[in-house]
Amino acid sequence: MRPAILRVILATAAVAMLALHAEAKTFRWANDGDVTSMDPYAREETFLLAFDQNFYEPLIRRDRNMKLEPGLATKWVQTSPTTWRFTLRKGVKFHDGTAFTADDVVFSFERATQPGSNVGGALATVKEVRKIDDYTVDIITDGPDPILPFDLPTVAIMSKKWCEEHNATRAADLTKKQENYATRHEDGTGPFILKVREPDVKTVLVKNPNWWGLKHEPIDIDEADFMRIANASTRVAALLSGELDMIYTVPPQDIARIKSTPHMKIWQTPELRTIFLGFDQSRPELLESSVKGKNPFMDKRVRQAFYEAIDENAIAAKVMNTYAHPTALIVGPGVNGYDAALDKRFPYDPAGAKKLLAEAGYPNGFEVGFDCPNDRYVNDAAICQAVTAMLAKIGIKADLLAQGRAKFFGKILHPHYDTSFYLLGWTPGTHDALNALTSLVQTRHGKDGVFNIGGYSNPAVDALDAQIQVELDPKRRDALIAKALGIVRDDFAYIPLHQQVVVWATRSNVDLAQTGDNFFQLRFVKMK
Amino acid sequence: MIAFIIRRLFQSVLVLLAIALIAFALFNYVGDPVSNMAGQDATPQQREALRHELGLDHSFIVQFARFVGRAAHGDFGLSYQEARPVGQIIVEKAPATLELSLVAALMALILGVPMGVYTGLHRNSFLSQVMLTGSLIGISLPTFLIGILLILVFSVTLGWLPSYGRGPVVHIGWWTTGLLTLGGWRAIILPATTLALFQMTLVMRLVRSEMIEVLRTDYIKFARARGLSRRAINFGHALKNTLVPVITITGLQLGAIIAFAIITETVFQWPGMGLMFIQAVTFADIPVMAAYLVLVGCFFVVINLVVDLLYYVVDPRLRIERRHAANV
Repeated sequence: MRPAILRVILATAAVAMLALHAEAKTFRWANDGDVTSMDPYAREETFLLAFDQNFYEPLIRRDRNMKLEPGLATKWVQTSPTTWRFTLRKGVKFHDGTAFTADDVVFSFERATQPGSNVGGALATVKEVRKIDDYTVDIITDGPDPILPFDLPTVAIMSKKWCEEHNATRAADLTKKQENYATRHEDGTGPFILKVREPDVKTVLVKNPNWWGLKHEPIDIDEADFMRIANASTRVAALLSGELDMIYTVPPQDIARIKSTPHMKIWQTPELRTIFLGFDQSRPELLESSVKGKNPFMDKRVRQAFYEAIDENAIAAKVMNTYAHPTALIVGPGVNGYDAALDKRFPYDPAGAKKLLAEAGYPNGFEVGFDCPNDRYVNDAAICQAVTAMLAKIGIKADLLAQGRAKFFGKILHPHYDTSFYLLGWTPGTHDALNALTSLVQTRHGKDGVFNIGGYSNPAVDALDAQIQVELDPKRRDALIAKALGIVRDDFAYIPLHQQVVVWATRSNVDLAQTGDNFFQLRFVKMK
Repeated sequence: MIAFIIRRLFQSVLVLLAIALIAFALFNYVGDPVSNMAGQDATPQQREALRHELGLDHSFIVQFARFVGRAAHGDFGLSYQEARPVGQIIVEKAPATLELSLVAALMALILGVPMGVYTGLHRNSFLSQVMLTGSLIGISLPTFLIGILLILVFSVTLGWLPSYGRGPVVHIGWWTTGLLTLGGWRAIILPATTLALFQMTLVMRLVRSEMIEVLRTDYIKFARARGLSRRAINFGHALKNTLVPVITITGLQLGAIIAFAIITETVFQWPGMGLMFIQAVTFADIPVMAAYLVLVGCFFVVINLVVDLLYYVVDPRLRIERRHAANV
């Protein structure tokens, strides 16, 4: 009896496996987080934006090398310093069959800047969106904005008619006690259509047979099943056991193991995100330090001493298992304005660091609080532990407080800026250096320098930022950016550590486009 | 009897309020949900506006009073993370957790009781030694490690069972079940085993020691003297008398299984309430955390109440003692 049952089970399993192979073009992948919303304006988070762009498309999108290319707009020109004219693609249909026109663009940009939307930051300079005719739109900016196109890949276009029909003309509004229709449904123009949405369990997308891009860009997979698997070991196990075709994020300690398993492949590329250390340079006295009555970090020599005491090459090699690219700048390769010639780190020199500290009046070092996340960046807490040990060698006692991201950001971000010394990572959302400069370096004022947690302030950099903002000539603009980045580097405003490496793992029959912004798009996936 | 129930119900409400209060006090330490919700390019004004919309700028007392007031109407608010009503999320997740817990509890009983009986009867046999040593593993290894080991062996190496998820589910009204499909059963084996292992060990050891105890009593000796068959003695008399504490403990443990499914669910990506709770913690999703803690509190209170009532009904001695106590 029992062997008979076993035989039936095995036979069924075999049939099931054969069936899976027969409809081969189902691509299954998992991430550690779930897409929390199908609404492309719900959150400015790489994973959500990337996922939702499988069905919602922007006017301008990025190709497999992160270069801008026409999306729903076929052409864009600057007709005056404050006006960008977009020619829209004709013959595009939303998934419900409605034709895409200029009205949808006007509507979407308005929706994106209203309360409830979190992608409004990308459109901060947009003053007005004007419909010229059904397939032409003018965007009027608040002062010249030469890099507006770089902002647009974040903002997907939604259907005006659909949103109005389903009472979703605003992105999720938490004050209302009901779910927004767009949170679990979609009506985009993109290459995939949402078929099943079970939050936290399974999300199924199917190929859009009427996609406008199919002619020059065939989609290889018919169906894509997304699963959330939060536990890193389980995620890797599911890939190794053949239940998945791709996973990301890949835990660093499992990379070697996946690599050595037959039929598995590791993909890697430097990420745009830069990990760096920052100091409180604005308070007259540090919040958490043994030094009273003054702020040691206002002294450039102290900042330089910290810099020279940290052996970034050792961190990259040991803590990051070589999956890191040491850097001297606050932006990395792939970011517009990055200058490889400038990207030279100052040497590791603990003896020199000690001397600098003594010159600054701290021959015996001092004690300072050190804030660090433990679940935000790759091996973040381990990096901080290494830094703490390295600083101890020059007599600095860093009191490390490594905590979860919600606690960490609650402490160090606006409005408290409650930190003396911290680790942070930054990806310029626009892929342009100006975003890093205005967010991290510019003097805190209004919406400038919101993430300038240490309160660094340098009039020279502020002046450069203002110039970069309005400079229309790309060459001159790059030169200005380089100048600003150089000042930040030589002033030891931050201690840039490294760019992380984006690591994805797939079965070896999968081909895809991996980009440094960790923006995974299904339209590039091919399965052999 | 009715006075007893009313008293207990009143106490239960107090307990739930206390749980809610403690939970709420803890939320001050989980971090700032606003930093998770607003994007990196959000302005300080947008952050403030969001904080105000969520009512996070009010004092602790006001926030707590509002929460209790709404919860009394069954409204737990909107999840910060998913922007959906918390009640709806919990209704979606509850079947997965309850099914897993039930299967695990049954597994623990069905395997644990016979093993306990066997080891109680044949104390020195080789098999008993094996079972007892094996049960040490069940007690001493942490759940997540057992889960990972099972995945490694049965999913990665042997490829027999799925390593994550619930498999295909069937919808019956608002309830979803994985127990009607082969895939669902395949998916539940590993997590249920993981969750059941500790309870199984507990049941087995409990039955064993009770058996040993009961077998020493006089009435068993008399039964033997009367010449009853071994079968009748062991199962008809001995086992029956060991089961009272086993049933109590299992009942109480059911609450623990539901509450501690958190770890098992995390390891196996089982889409239940435990996983939901862990994910809410990392996001500082206060409405979900609050609702979950109150709900688990409810489970415990109800289970305890039922067990108490059962005691009262089953064991006549309790009633008598109570009356005496009241007279004193």
